[in-house]
Amino acid sequence: MKYLTADFGSTYTKLTAIDASKSEIVGTSTAFTTIETDVMEGYNFALHQLEEKIGEFCYDQLLCCSSAAGGLAMVALGLVPELTSKAAKMAASSAGAKVVRTYAFEISKAEQAEIYDINPDLVLLCGGTDGGNKEVIVNNAKKLCEIDRSFSVIVAGNKSASSDIESIFSDSEKDYVITENVMPEFNKLNIEPAKQKIKELFISKIVDAKGLSKIQNLTNSEIIPTPLAVLNGCELLSKGTEQTEGLGDLMAIDIGGATTDVYSISDGRPTFDNVMIKGLPEPFNKRTVEGDLGMRYSLYSLSNEIDLNALSEEIKVDVKDIVKWIEICKTSPNTLAKKNSIYQTIEEGLAKYALKIAVERHVGKMESTFTPFGQMYIVSGKDLTQVNLIIGIGGVLVNSINPIKILDAAKADKQNPMLLKPKQPNYLLDRKYIFASMGLLSAVDAELALTIMKREIT
Amino acid sequence: MNQKTIVTGVIGADVHAVGNKILAYALEEAGFKIVNLGVMVSQEEFIEAAIETNADAILVSSLYGHGEIDCHGLRDKCEEAGLKDIPLLAGGNLVVGKQNFEDVEERFMQMGFTKVYPPNTQLETTINDLNILFGK
Repeated sequence: MKYLTADFGSTYTKLTAIDASKSEIVGTSTAFTTIETDVMEGYNFALHQLEEKIGEFCYDQLLCCSSAAGGLAMVALGLVPELTSKAAKMAASSAGAKVVRTYAFEISKAEQAEIYDINPDLVLLCGGTDGGNKEVIVNNAKKLCEIDRSFSVIVAGNKSASSDIESIFSDSEKDYVITENVMPEFNKLNIEPAKQKIKELFISKIVDAKGLSKIQNLTNSEIIPTPLAVLNGCELLSKGTEQTEGLGDLMAIDIGGATTDVYSISDGRPTFDNVMIKGLPEPFNKRTVEGDLGMRYSLYSLSNEIDLNALSEEIKVDVKDIVKWIEICKTSPNTLAKKNSIYQTIEEGLAKYALKIAVERHVGKMESTFTPFGQMYIVSGKDLTQVNLIIGIGGVLVNSINPIKILDAAKADKQNPMLLKPKQPNYLLDRKYIFASMGLLSAVDAELALTIMKREIT
Repeated sequence: MNQKTIVTGVIGADVHAVGNKILAYALEEAGFKIVNLGVMVSQEEFIEAAIETNADAILVSSLYGHGEIDCHGLRDKCEEAGLKDIPLLAGGNLVVGKQNFEDVEERFMQMGFTKVYPPNTQLETTINDLNILFGK
């Protein structure tokens, strides 16, 4: 068998040719994504380039994923911020969506206007445990109908409200689907059904809307969101297959132009004593996506998150040059920093902070408290202190002279011991950017994908 | 079927877990839907759970003597969060030392609690009171 995988990114279309009989990648190629005109132009160009390198490539199966045209933009609605709103966000993120905003309680007029401006592809509507609060989710359903945008709605809230919600949506022009509650009982997560519906809607609605239907016609396998493919790749590499062992608990961090994504495959249970667990349980395969941390489209918002003067001192570059670089990237996002230039130093300094902030938002936290029975720790989120493998993904890491220096920001630091970051991680790099490709391949030949990943990710 | 939902838990930095489990079990046996938050529960957690589950009452336990401080302001926060008139019940060893229970009860009622129980209250008493509160 020969496989061709295609990853339609916001900037680049990446092709990977795989030969199953040799268990190896025979070639890769990249071209600009041409989603505005005809996505096939970029694809054909990349294919042409690939064949120039390796000769004619007759593949048996084409597998595709896409994050083009802004990826899968979603907003999530819940009731209480720390409960169903958080559960909704987790469900959407782990389905590979870019969660632009999360809302809690009844949405206001201003928030309705905000959703109008965001113009999401999908909206995930949650709220209330089964038999719990109905009022808020029902009112939010009405308020979503008032927003004059063509998004589809996935309802995954209080089942007792579903007939009310059904009649609200069936009277409107909104496309909707009702599935199981993301939080059927208090503090019990059930995100798989919502995740599945998001995937189905992506395939049936978004692929067309994003100009990918010509690609879909080329293949009989479904196009999935790229982050979902990456998450599947991470899961396979961690858990392995029935025959072959995986690498165990791991994290992967993808620093992109628009977002920084963090994946963790681990149960994340507390690894020390005297612990109380608080807050929502978190998924074994967890993905968080930070839309305000990125190396190009989100560089400006990233720079607002960090102290540029401190960065300037740390990397010994004038603050003016940092500001200049941020301006350059803002006006022309296709700029690449020249090797060994001052701009590469700046780029890597910024990347380090993007990674640090993204990881700190992903991992769990602990608090120390004194009780009449002595010191106790309250832990919320995943304890990833014992995860000893971190995989770096993304251009800024792969092109860096010293990627370890950037990745080290993911490691636990003594100044902030309450953040449950990995204590002694080893680092690997996805040098050929094959994670998404292998995630796609894992659906058809997991053994092959695992063999290649173990060899190529070093 | 109109099962009533009750949020239970031990407030503050209190880690007495056994009574909490027995109470939750007994209330469940008595036909209530119990959302048990366990030990070391903050006021905010009681309120968030009550909103999300549309609870009919909040039952606060405290056994380490700091109950009065821990419960202070809970009613105001409930009002603020839209849990208007939700019954608030408290019981356990609410205060330190051998204080006159009538005084303790008075202070808890001042704080907006609906029912307050002294140490050694029988489970049946509370269950009976809840049924009366819910008009059964």
